[in-house]
Amino acid sequence: MFVSKAFNLLKPIPLMSGQSNLAYKFIHQLVASHGRRCHRSVIYKQRYRTCPCSAGRQTISAQTKVMAKEELPGVLILDIGGTQGVLENLAALLKKHFHLITMKEFLENKEEMSKKIQSVFVFECRPTIDRELLESLPNLKVIGNSGVGVDHLDLKMISSFGVKVTNTPHAVADPTADIGMALMLASARRLVEGCQIAVSPDTKHFAVDWLGVEVTRATLGIIGMGSIGYKVAQRARAFNMRILYHNRNRRRKEEEEAVGAHYCEKMEDLLQQSDFVMLIVNLTPETHRLIGKKELSLMKPTATLINISRGAVIDQDALVEALQSKVIRAAALDVTYPEPLPRDHPLLKLNNVIITPHIGTATVQAIHMMAEEAIANILAVLNGQPIPSEVFPK
Amino acid sequence: MEGQELPYVLIDCIGGVHGVYEDHVGFLQKHFHLITMKEYLENKTLLSKKIRAIYMWYQKPVVNKELLQSLPNLRIVASSGVGIDHLDLNLLSSFGVKVSNTPFIVSTDTADLGMALMLASSRRLVEGYEMAVSPDTEYFPADWLGAEVSGATLGIVGMGTIGYKVAERAKAFEMKILYHNRSQRKKEEESAVGAVYCKKIDDLLQQSDFVLLAVNLTPQTHKLIGKRELELMKPTATLINISRGLLVDQDALVEALQNKVIKAAALDVTYPEPLPRDHPLLKLKNVIITPHIGSATKKTRRIMMEEMTESIQAGIAGLPIPHEVLP
Repeated sequence: MFVSKAFNLLKPIPLMSGQSNLAYKFIHQLVASHGRRCHRSVIYKQRYRTCPCSAGRQTISAQTKVMAKEELPGVLILDIGGTQGVLENLAALLKKHFHLITMKEFLENKEEMSKKIQSVFVFECRPTIDRELLESLPNLKVIGNSGVGVDHLDLKMISSFGVKVTNTPHAVADPTADIGMALMLASARRLVEGCQIAVSPDTKHFAVDWLGVEVTRATLGIIGMGSIGYKVAQRARAFNMRILYHNRNRRRKEEEEAVGAHYCEKMEDLLQQSDFVMLIVNLTPETHRLIGKKELSLMKPTATLINISRGAVIDQDALVEALQSKVIRAAALDVTYPEPLPRDHPLLKLNNVIITPHIGTATVQAIHMMAEEAIANILAVLNGQPIPSEVFPK
Repeated sequence: MEGQELPYVLIDCIGGVHGVYEDHVGFLQKHFHLITMKEYLENKTLLSKKIRAIYMWYQKPVVNKELLQSLPNLRIVASSGVGIDHLDLNLLSSFGVKVSNTPFIVSTDTADLGMALMLASSRRLVEGYEMAVSPDTEYFPADWLGAEVSGATLGIVGMGTIGYKVAERAKAFEMKILYHNRSQRKKEEESAVGAVYCKKIDDLLQQSDFVLLAVNLTPQTHKLIGKRELELMKPTATLINISRGLLVDQDALVEALQNKVIKAAALDVTYPEPLPRDHPLLKLKNVIITPHIGSATKKTRRIMMEEMTESIQAGIAGLPIPHEVLP
């Protein structure tokens, strides 16, 4: 399925002198070594280090020459460290390839810095890319987003400046699929409530009639069967779940059969038959409020809605009403609009809702892989090589 | 069964925290004349000879020598769930009373809960939820991270029905699966889930990111995981227990968690249940505890009840008993 698609990208990539063949290595490693993915960045680092570079010699080699910091392409980031900045160890990774310029440094020395910046590394949706910023960066070539969602970027506007946008679809897929499964299991088995009972000072006995609902052999309806959706289907199959899916396009027969997924051309069919409905679409004008009052009332009253996409895919007010009136059984949300919700929002008080703080890719491994994927994309743009994951405006 | 009285079956009570489920009573009363402990104690002389079976729901009523002596026509004790560590099998056998459990029906729910605990612990789900709803939360920090389950190494201690179902699920997360068991499974069974046998539990403990206990409690497995075993585990590893609390030396576990000898624990079972409210396990940040809910779904509990009914009917009729437990 994916393996065959991605291998088409493994055309020999013409090397420009002095530039590392990073993009090629990255695509290849991603596709080939999924089982060894925990070692992937180590392999990449080893190759990088073994390049036969030698300072002072004018050798043009296929590997990266050791370059002085200022010669490295400039990348703008919001900040290093703190609560919203790029994590320290990611900054170290970026520094291997780029001259890192923080927003503060840029604003203090706009004239000099603005020309150096060829790329922006957007981490946790920051820095905000607005017209003013784009106008002040004449040499900007690419915005490398960490993460797969780009709904926070005005793609048309950015494109009008001749700037490319890239995201990181490969790095996010496994951890986000895992969170989807984690939320489905936690909600079905009432895990959070259970933990509260287990530790509550008021608990004297465990009631034997305290029950959840089954996941094994239940019906899972996946709305949005992209990379993440497909990985969820692979996992759910191992729980003997019956899998329905709705997608803009139908997947190939072999792909469907591999996970036992049945296509529902009409989303309504999926909603009516599913015990668990999981949203795994990207946020676009077409998917904004995809799930509203009508869709919620089509769902079974025993069903659970799980959202690992974007908060705005759901009409949140309609969701609150549906949960309060028991139109559906429960919801499990990794994403809301906004994040965090206002502290007096009704969703925070409902006992049939679990919310997690947008942690779909919040693992040590994923954060690192996202940075690596973004770096590979940025370098590909700057070196005029095929770009692993460019995002185009509609 | 025309003209014949339904067999008398002793239960603890109906409803409440420990009793037989109200919505199961209808089905049971089609087959049995249910006698609660209260009714029995009020009318021992008449009822003691009539009782042919005990329907033991969540370890109640407690069966001791005194009770056995006063029920001369007791044929069978049907126990809910798969664990039978709460029963004195030799004592029951000495009275000629047979025992049954419900071993297979609990497997998928318990395996599901094992996966739920592993995911919740690794991704810090409960902590994350608390942050998401806390009145003090102003933003979600970027440096708040968990650890990945996909691609990690899972060591399953006890590869029976439940352990194997956990392996089937974990395989879909591309986990590397090691297992330790009294005996090695057949090659086809191992290949089907990609599980590698560790004859020595030490090897499993040293290599696993997640150690999941799926063994039954016997005198041999009591305190299977103690100080030594915890020290063999990686400092980044998580212990998951879906078996019985007594498999783990709880004091050693507390110490290991406090000193970060291991990273975290996720326990559906403890000893006792519930733990005393001042127990250190309740206060540790790197522990999640659930209230023994391995088989706690409506469907499974219903099927358990139906299986127990079948076993009791067979036991009373002197026929081969489904899911009989031998001493």
